[in-house]
Amino acid sequence: MSAYRVSRASQRINEKAPLTFRFDGKKYKGFAGDTLASALIANGVKLIGRSFKYGRPRGIVGHGAEEPNALIQLETGGHTVPDLKATQVELYEGLSATTTTGFPSLNFDLKGLAGQFSRFMPPGFYYKTFMGPAKAWPFYEEIIRKAAGYGRAPVDPDPEFYDHLHHHVDVLVVGGGACGLWAATLAGRAGLKTLLVDEQSEVGGWMLSDARAVIDGKPAMKWVSERLAELKSLSNVTVLTRTTAFAHHEQNLVQAVELVQDHLPIAQRVATTPRQRLHKIRAHHVVLASGAIERPLVYGNNDRPGVLTAAAGQTYLNRYGVAVGRKVLLLTHNDASYDTALDLAEAGSRVTLIDTRQRGAAAWRLDAAKKAGVELLLGYGIAEVQGGKAASGAKLVKLDPSCLTVTGKGPTLSADAILSSGGLTSTVHLFCHNNGRPYWNEERLSFVTPDEGRQGISVAGAVTGRWGLGEALAQTHASVSAMLIGFGRNPSSTCPVSEDQDIQPTRRVFRVPDGKPEGHGAKALVDFQNDVAAADIHLAVRENYRSIEHVKRYTALGFGTDQGKLSNVNGFAIAAEALGMPISQVGTTTYRPAYTPVTFGALAGSHVGDTFDPRRYTAMQSSHVSRGALFETVGQWMRPWYFPKGNETMHQAVDRECLATRNSVGVMDASTLGKIDIKGPDAREFLNRIYSNAWSKLDPGKCRYGLMLDENGMVMDDGVTACVADDHFYMTTTTGGAARVLNWLERWHQTEWPELKVRFTSVTDHWSTTAVVGPKSRAVLKKLCGDIDLSADAFKFMDWRDGTIAGVPARVCRISFSGELAYEINVDACYGHYIWEQVMEAGKEFDITPYGTETMHVLRAEKGFIIVGQDSDGSMSPIDLNMAWAVGMKKPFSFLGKRSLSRSDTTRSDRKQLVGLYTEDPKVVLAEGAQILSSRNTQAPADMQGHVTSSYHSAFLGRSIAMAVVKGGLKREGDTVYVWAHGKMHPAKVVSSVFVDQEGVRQHG
Amino acid sequence: MFQIHCPHCGATREEEEFSYAGEAYIARPAKPEEATEAEWGDYLFMRKNTRGWFWEQWQHTAGCRKVFAVKRNTVSYEIAGTWTLAEGKELYLKESEA
Ligand SMILES: [Zn+2]
Repeated sequence: MSAYRVSRASQRINEKAPLTFRFDGKKYKGFAGDTLASALIANGVKLIGRSFKYGRPRGIVGHGAEEPNALIQLETGGHTVPDLKATQVELYEGLSATTTTGFPSLNFDLKGLAGQFSRFMPPGFYYKTFMGPAKAWPFYEEIIRKAAGYGRAPVDPDPEFYDHLHHHVDVLVVGGGACGLWAATLAGRAGLKTLLVDEQSEVGGWMLSDARAVIDGKPAMKWVSERLAELKSLSNVTVLTRTTAFAHHEQNLVQAVELVQDHLPIAQRVATTPRQRLHKIRAHHVVLASGAIERPLVYGNNDRPGVLTAAAGQTYLNRYGVAVGRKVLLLTHNDASYDTALDLAEAGSRVTLIDTRQRGAAAWRLDAAKKAGVELLLGYGIAEVQGGKAASGAKLVKLDPSCLTVTGKGPTLSADAILSSGGLTSTVHLFCHNNGRPYWNEERLSFVTPDEGRQGISVAGAVTGRWGLGEALAQTHASVSAMLIGFGRNPSSTCPVSEDQDIQPTRRVFRVPDGKPEGHGAKALVDFQNDVAAADIHLAVRENYRSIEHVKRYTALGFGTDQGKLSNVNGFAIAAEALGMPISQVGTTTYRPAYTPVTFGALAGSHVGDTFDPRRYTAMQSSHVSRGALFETVGQWMRPWYFPKGNETMHQAVDRECLATRNSVGVMDASTLGKIDIKGPDAREFLNRIYSNAWSKLDPGKCRYGLMLDENGMVMDDGVTACVADDHFYMTTTTGGAARVLNWLERWHQTEWPELKVRFTSVTDHWSTTAVVGPKSRAVLKKLCGDIDLSADAFKFMDWRDGTIAGVPARVCRISFSGELAYEINVDACYGHYIWEQVMEAGKEFDITPYGTETMHVLRAEKGFIIVGQDSDGSMSPIDLNMAWAVGMKKPFSFLGKRSLSRSDTTRSDRKQLVGLYTEDPKVVLAEGAQILSSRNTQAPADMQGHVTSSYHSAFLGRSIAMAVVKGGLKREGDTVYVWAHGKMHPAKVVSSVFVDQEGVRQHG
Repeated sequence: MFQIHCPHCGATREEEEFSYAGEAYIARPAKPEEATEAEWGDYLFMRKNTRGWFWEQWQHTAGCRKVFAVKRNTVSYEIAGTWTLAEGKELYLKESEA
């Protein structure tokens, strides 16, 4: 047990509120205010995981979003969350977490063996090695999947829910550190609608970790709580904590996820409150005060458990009251780390500060360190950390003043914790998500944002490379004041004051030299999560990857769930050195959302389960339910699929429904068909242009089937349109195509033919349609209707009549999608249910049979009627579909798609054309989509002739039928083709696609 | 996710309300029958695929259903403005001449 609890005046944990939690099944104690990471460190738990590629033992490195190693699986069952960073998990009573790596166990990892041969596992190893015979891959995969990766995705339903909230604000401030708080204060005081988001459990940012900071003459945290109190008193300001802004999109849309209940014990979570909430924030202006993250130095075995960043060491001590070790080595190249050393010494740790600079920090700091008993080693570096599953010490080397070469041996020191600081890296991610670029600041050794920000974005504080609190606040004040002027407000507040102490310039070091050629000493990690060492980057450059984007992809640098927050700058710098280029020229890889991982739950919000997509029901829904219908989804509609009686299978029910309809009468709910009311003096001309067939001679009282083509000449929709009056038509479309067709009509009218006087109204929901189908349909209608002459001569096939059905005004169309005598009764949707029930009652004596979409499909296939999107797929012309009769080539206006029908490709004779198929064995129902060959020969390359588009058992014919598209099929009637279905070859004869009543007698009856 | 101003509704609304409707001001050949295979193919398939400022059509499908012109930068996603098809066409033609 090397780490220990200390009581710090600055600490944010509550020692009076102890908590218990479990990690890998073992019970531990922590306090309210701890993270899982701080509590694990306090309990002496060092080994948290195994590395991705080499299985190297790993522990906690950071203290927040930058953590690469400590990925844990939180909770179990439906509540489980994989790969959370222990540094970001707030501790609660009863929390249970497990490690996510280590196969077969954390203490003995198979990859660890591989790691010992790591010299033979360069970048690209897995690709290069396992590219081999495809058959062997499943064998490798089995083992690799077990050994590789991190947590396991949840398999149980999530018992919690998520929601979305939209904001429209004047100013969004990202980051609640000192600068973000000051920015929000200025915006808030100026009366602007302001939202501040911060990812941590409380605002303060680095002030939570820095016990020495002073603002306006008082401890910084006192100033922070004053600011928070002021912001909360302003009604125009909202402060959201536990809220990470993870993406910035065009027009200043920022997405942020708020962890609303994750910090509460599961049993205490409120069922009516979401677990997480996604905020979609539109801001006139964004102030990016996202701060900076300290990166480690790169040196041998710098990934051993017990090796952390200096900032993490300082945070665990001051914020959580946890000293990381009794004997601590701190390796640095900058002055800021001296505070860390002083704090640890003050808390009772023995600290050795190893400064790569020959003269160390500013004189006053050197004095303070000596006074506090910190041992100083100036001009030294760490060559290699010692110890396996926990760091036990380090071998030092003496460095020359440039820090590029080793001039001699150094002492070997024992330690139970090792910290390092490679300087700060500005958190520029959100600035760059939407095309912004950071620039390299050589003095601050960081990619930073330009002070002027960019359109709609101001930058404030450490994100600009200002590490000193005083300079950061001053820059924030100036930047936000300028923004206020832009809003037409007067900045009147005075800038808070914090005195920045003298510092010695930082010495440029990324990779600490160990005196050996790269790759020969101990592995020096750059990207911990992806096991990318300094040597790997050198190798990538040797293999001639010149662009940093390529180096990234070859080595996997920055690809992990930490998105390279600790590793990227070190990686870029090492690549720059290997390439012999300045870092500014190497540049950065592309920053993409999300800044930190976001749960699918938060992204989906309430768009899950029943609220995933709207469900549309017709007016007859309760009738269908009462008759035992099973439903299928068509577009967003719930349509009756079939109506089983008793224990009927679908097959039995459909056979019964088909026969009843062909022999007596059936009834179907056709309300879901799209309906568009088309009016205007040019309505007829418009139809002539939009449909392939002619509309000039269609009189009122008549209906016509129409085919709609796109400009490529391919069928895109079909339906029957009735002429209501010379300037008024009633169009029906396919159920799924209704919205698309309406937009299609609008686009052509508005963009190409605005001179045509015509308008369109969607009336799909306004009308209810009951289709009465079968030889007895006239008899049924006669019982319900007294004012329409239903006789075959007076009311012909493809006529429609206005009349009264069961006392309700109705538009009755004599059209048929089954080939039978049939009427479609259209009434105001309010009467839909009533009319359906009236029809059922009137049809009782004929044993009227309701049927669903399945029977509808069989009946129409028996007649060879196509379903657009099933028998056609956007590459079928009317000619291909054997529907040349529906193309009015003589129409004066060149209707949509007409010219394309004479394109050389469209007129090819070997195009796939729609035919019927009779299987040799009448009992075989082919699979839809089954491939058609011209012979039994299946040897590759197979002679593909087409595929089956529709296939059913026809009870009426007592055999199977199929529709298919076959190359040149229209001229192949009588040929035998071979269909591969259900693992067998089925011979079938090409026949006409009209199977029943080829003369069309029945529908004219 | 854009916010788009519909010149017909006079309102700026979220992208969800709109549908993309392709490149703007592609003229349909006046006499398609007389168009050569190449000309017709050009009209059907060839698009400018501009890098930078681009005239395109959007339709306010969940609003007024009107199609209108949008000048948008395909690199920065900046929207310079939105116009009715007729208003936009004047600007478009002026720019094409320049
Ligand atoms: Zn509109």
